[in-house]
This record gives sequence, structure tokens and C-alpha cells, in this order.
Amino acid sequence: MSKRLNVLKTCKLYIDGKFSRSESEHSFQVFDKNGNPLANLCHASRKDLRNAVFAARKAQLDWAGRSAYQRGQILYRMAEMMEGHRDQLIAELEHTVSSHRKAESETDTAIDRLVHYAGWTDKYPAIFSTVNPVASSHFNFSIPEPTGVVGIIAPDQQPLISLISLIAPVFSGGNSSVTIASEKYGSIACTLSEIIHTSDVPAGVINILTGFRQQLIPHMARHMDINAILYGAGDPSEKKTIQENAHLNVKRVQTYKETDWTGDDVQSPYRILDFQEIKTTWHPVGM
Amino acid sequence: MSQNDLSTRSSLRFHDLWAYDSAPESPEMVRLKDRYDLFIGGSFQLPESGKYFNTLNPSNEVVICEVAEAGTKDVDKAVRAARKAYDQVWSKLPGKERGKYLFRIARLIQDRAREFAIIESMDTGKPIRESRDVDIPQVIAHFFYHAGWADKLEYAFPGRKARPLGVAGQLIPWNFPLLMAAWKMAPALATGNTLVIKPAGSSPLTALKLAELIQDADLPPGVVNIVTGSEKTGSSIVHHPDVDKIAFTGSTDVGKKIQNAVAGTDKKYTLELGGKAANIVFADAAMDQAVEGIVNGIFFNQGHVCCAGSRLLVQESITDELVQKLKNRMETLIVGNPLDKNTDIGAIHSKPQLEKIRGYLSEVVENGQQIYQTQCALPDKGYWCCPTLVENVSQSHRIVQEEVFGPILTVQTFRTPSEAVTLANNTPYGLSGGLWTDKGSKIFNVGKNIRAGVVWANTYNKFDPTSPFGGYKESGIGREGGIHGLLPYLELLK
Repeated sequence: MSKRLNVLKTCKLYIDGKFSRSESEHSFQVFDKNGNPLANLCHASRKDLRNAVFAARKAQLDWAGRSAYQRGQILYRMAEMMEGHRDQLIAELEHTVSSHRKAESETDTAIDRLVHYAGWTDKYPAIFSTVNPVASSHFNFSIPEPTGVVGIIAPDQQPLISLISLIAPVFSGGNSSVTIASEKYGSIACTLSEIIHTSDVPAGVINILTGFRQQLIPHMARHMDINAILYGAGDPSEKKTIQENAHLNVKRVQTYKETDWTGDDVQSPYRILDFQEIKTTWHPVGM
Repeated sequence: MSQNDLSTRSSLRFHDLWAYDSAPESPEMVRLKDRYDLFIGGSFQLPESGKYFNTLNPSNEVVICEVAEAGTKDVDKAVRAARKAYDQVWSKLPGKERGKYLFRIARLIQDRAREFAIIESMDTGKPIRESRDVDIPQVIAHFFYHAGWADKLEYAFPGRKARPLGVAGQLIPWNFPLLMAAWKMAPALATGNTLVIKPAGSSPLTALKLAELIQDADLPPGVVNIVTGSEKTGSSIVHHPDVDKIAFTGSTDVGKKIQNAVAGTDKKYTLELGGKAANIVFADAAMDQAVEGIVNGIFFNQGHVCCAGSRLLVQESITDELVQKLKNRMETLIVGNPLDKNTDIGAIHSKPQLEKIRGYLSEVVENGQQIYQTQCALPDKGYWCCPTLVENVSQSHRIVQEEVFGPILTVQTFRTPSEAVTLANNTPYGLSGGLWTDKGSKIFNVGKNIRAGVVWANTYNKFDPTSPFGGYKESGIGREGGIHGLLPYLELLK
């Protein structure tokens, strides 16, 4: 009997709650850790990025307008769906990059991290809000509001937990995002897209692209409708490209660099705050 | 500027009924030297550049005095002095002691408030009523407020330890020279940083007087260094490798250059940039209060205010009545000598700024649109602009999209709250916004939807050290004031 030929999946881009092939009509192959073909990934183009930003912008206000309670529920739902796909995620990590033990711990930490952020949605606003005792006769308070559309660049390192650690604080804070997934291990990001798609996350709030970072980063950095960029891929020259172009529309740029993305200090409400704007409202007190 | 359309003038009589007697504040008590050097390492030092420039009074074009222009070498000297003070003194001083220095500075400014106010009005052209009642009292309040933070930082950021960044370079605009210096210095010092501060080239005097006061306060040498100069001096600070943080207030254009310049470095930065705020008046607003708020929103400090309410959005049904009331109120505004206590609107800060404002107005007139200017008598010398309304503009006009930074108000109308929000948000800016209505739920709804860092509901242009200030979108990054204003000067550690 001949060995069964396995079905090589072409992972699609996740844009506006739909799975689409790249406008470029190109894909590239990725390999498992033994060098065998694993999957085909779409080679996202500048146009795909633009479509994703358009979808993210369209979805953002609705997402920010959902109650904090509901946003928490949706994050928790996402964690539930990940738990359901736990074995698949572990197998994929083990297949591509990790030992079994590490794959297991990475997956479990990723699920727990989502649960952690699910619990923050209705708490960080209280932690970061203030009622300000102004000297004049006014009531004055400051609250965090989401920055808007955030571009995220994920590393190859620990491809599942790093992706979750980057997306979750942005997402839980009411922002929409467009993520450029790991180039080498984008198939994990694809699986995550499929999980997100079945987790009540509104279309367009999380968009995930696969492709070549170096090609996509300049377009992302120059895009005039992206409000902030979270760079997590640890390359100084890519980081500089982002910083140099961010000024075009005064993008906020944050860089997270971790030696171990599973560490407890990688998760923090201050990372939610990184993608919040503080709004202060004044009203006279009088008759 | 251009001919006013007399047909739109009200039948009320203005100007010739009661003339106010002049009530000038005397500049006699002011002590100014003919020439100021650079304040580095606790003393005034001759500039290595050997260069000086004049600062003049925009209300009479008379040179007030000469000020040193810091070159790259001078900036380097200042940064080294700041670094030394950080390493050897300031970072080792307990917060409680840092706080006491700030309290001391606040008290000393209070003791010399009148002199600071007069110099500020001479150097900027702003009315003495504003420098005396707003700028200087707010400066004092900022030092007092932040003084108290110096030994309480552990309470500001739960779960984290706060650590200062080191040397901060701070670039100050010309519209509120001492106030913006206080906004930057007070939090930077309270959080334990040392600093190199550069006042705007056209308004350096109150900062230099503050340098004298800092000597009197016996602040350790090098903790505060004040270098005067041009945009080039600012650029030397931004590019200096040993500066850990840049804080800038000014135009969006320059802010973008700074953001670009620090790319690839580990410098932190906060930018407080331009604005094009909408001041939205709903039909159910208390109209007379709204008129006062509109006037305060755009004509405060000659409109040289980044958060000025420069776009009036009026609900259609009340437009005629509101605009007429506004015109009547505008006619009573007194434009003239900044040192006169009756003056409402002082001099435009500089010749280039006046030319910029006139450029915008000429464009409006060339497009065939009318402008409404009050009939104010202007002095012969100095730079002046009468309060101006531009009606019948649309969202695509340059005067609606771009920051004019002068006493120019555009008027647009809307029908529904959502249309007002769309218009309000339709510029690249997001610094502030105003709204006027008697309905609380509308305040929360519209206020939430305005994409701006400060929302004034049934008030405008209010400031307080406890209240964070700063922009969304292209109006900047970071906040100044309140707990949120401490964060840009700190690193948070687990």
C-alpha cells in the first residue's frame, strides 16, 4: 500500500470576518521542523493591507461601543474556542517549532492569557480613570478611550503566545487591529483566525495577514488611517522603518521585546493603556 | 483687511458711546537686563556661539532686550550639566526634598507674580488680564500641584515602580511661554528628571526671569538649564544622544519632524501639537452663555491657542439669532495695548504670524466669500487683527481644515447631533472640542463621540494642573497634567 498523500492546506487571509485569497494571487510554502512542506500561505499585498485597514476602521467604533461586559464575554468565548482546539494548536506548534512540553505550555499560557484579558475589559477603565479636583467650579473627569486602528507585527518566536500577547491588550481595549503574522509560522496564525471566526468576534475587529514583513511594514507604517503600531518582531531596522514613517500621521508606536513571551510580566493592564487615549471632560457646577 | 459688509451690522451702536479710560499696568517695577546669557549649570554663561538676537514687543515693535543664541556646543554643555546633576544630585535626592524645591519655586513665583505677568504681556502681546489672571496663577498652581507628587509616585501607578528617565529636553511654544514651561518643568522635576529647556525664540523673557528665580531658590546647579535660541537650537536638543526624552509643544509640522528625527533611538517623546476644535452649539443651549463661551473659545490669547474653538458649529434653527448675538458681543471686544487692564484682545504675537493669518483671510476673500470684522480702532505700530467671523464655509475649505492660530472663527451649520459629530471629527486634528446644550444625555453622547483629548461642555478653555491635557490623532501623543501627565516622564518597572 502506498503512503497516503496528505492534503496541503492553503491558509487564507482573514479580512473583515472573511477568509480571502490574496489580491496578489501569490502564495508561499512553509515547512515543518523537518523541512517537509506544511502548508501554503497567502502572500498579502499592499492592497490586502488596505482592505484590512478599511475593514478595521469600519468595525472599530461598533467594537468600542460594545459594553465592557460584552467585550469581556467575547474574549472569554475566544478562550473557550481555543481550549476546544487545544490539541490542534499543540500539534501544530510541535510540528513546526517546539518540543511537546513547550508546545503544551505555550498553548495553555495563550489560553490563560486571553482569560486574563477577558477579565480586564470592565476593570482597566476604572483603574486608569480619574476624577480631577480642579480649583474652579467644574466637574472634571478623565477616561481612557481606544486609540482606534492598530497595526500589529508579530515575531516568529513562540508564534502562538506572542500573537495572543500582542493582539489581546489591543483587542480588549476596544481597538480594531490588522496583524502581520509570523512569516515562518503563519499557519498557526491561520488556525487562530479560524478560532476567532467562530468566537463572536465582530467582523473586521481582528484582521490577520500572512506574507513578508519587510514588504508590508513600510506600507503599514505609512498608512494614513492606522492610528498606532505595535511592533513585536524585535528587528531594529524594521522598528526604525516604522518609527521614521509614523510621523506622517503622528502614529503611536509601541515596541514589545520579550525573551520569553510566556512570562507573567508580559501581560499587564499597562499594555491595554498603551493603546488608549485619555479624554478629559469638563462641566460647570452651578445652578 | 477687507471691507466689512455694513448691511449685516446690527442697528445697535458701539464704540462711540462710552470710551473706557485707559488703565495701563505700569512696567516700571519690571527688572530686565539689556542682555541675557544662557542658564547652564546654575549660572548665566556666555554663549559659545557668540551670537545674540533681539526679542521685541509685538504691540509697539520696540526691542525689549538681547538674548543669547545657543549653538550645538552650548546645547551640549547644557545636556552635560543636566546629566551631571541627574547622576550626582537629583536622582539621589529623596522625593520629599525634590518636592520642597518645587514648593519653594511655586512660592517665589507667587511673590513675583506681577512682574512675571507684565513681562509676559510685553514679550507676547497678550492682554495683562490674561497673563495676570490665567497664565501666571496657572504656572504657580502647576508647581504646587506637582511638588506634592514628588514623594507620592508609588501611589500613582498600582503594581509598578516608577523610575525617572534621566535628562529631558523640553521645547516651549510662544503662545503661553511661562505656562508651557511650567507644564513641562514641574512634572519632569517632580518625577526626578533633570532638564534642558528651550523657550521659543520670540518669547524667551519669562523663562530667563525664571532662571534668576531658580538661582534664588537654590536649586542644585544643572537640574534646570535654560538655553535660548532658534529652531536650530531646538533641533540640537532633539538630536543630542544623551537626551532621554523630548517634550514638545508647538505646530503639528514641527512635531512630525521631531517624531521623525528620534526614529531609531530610544528617546521617549510627548508631542502637544495643533488643533482645529469644533465648538458645537445645540438649539437647546443657553444662548447667552454659549456666546460668551464662543468668544472665550476663539478670542482668548488672540486665538493663539492650540485648543481654540476655531470652528463654530451651530444647529440650523438658531443660526441667525446666535450669529447676530455673537457679532454684537464681538463689537464690544476691546483690541489694543496689552498692558491696559481693559484690553480683551492684545497684539498678534509676531509679524510672520500676522502674515500667516492675513494669508488665510485673503484666500477667503479671493474665493468670493465675505468676512465679518469688528470695527475696532487699531494702534499704528505693532501687529494687530480685529476679531473676525468667516461664514458660509464648507468642510473642504482650507480655513476650516487648517490651524490659523489667530482671532478667526469659521461658522458652519448642522441639523442633527450625528452630523455635528461628523463635522467635528472631520479634520486630522483631535485636541479639543466644545459643546453647548441643556440636555445631559446629549453631553455624554456627543462628548463621547468627539475624537479629542479635552471636551468642554457648557464651558471652554478651562485648564487646571490636576486635569490631563493632550490630543488624539495628529494633535499629539501623551498627556500633560494630572496623574496621566506623570507617566511620560517615568519608566514603569515591575
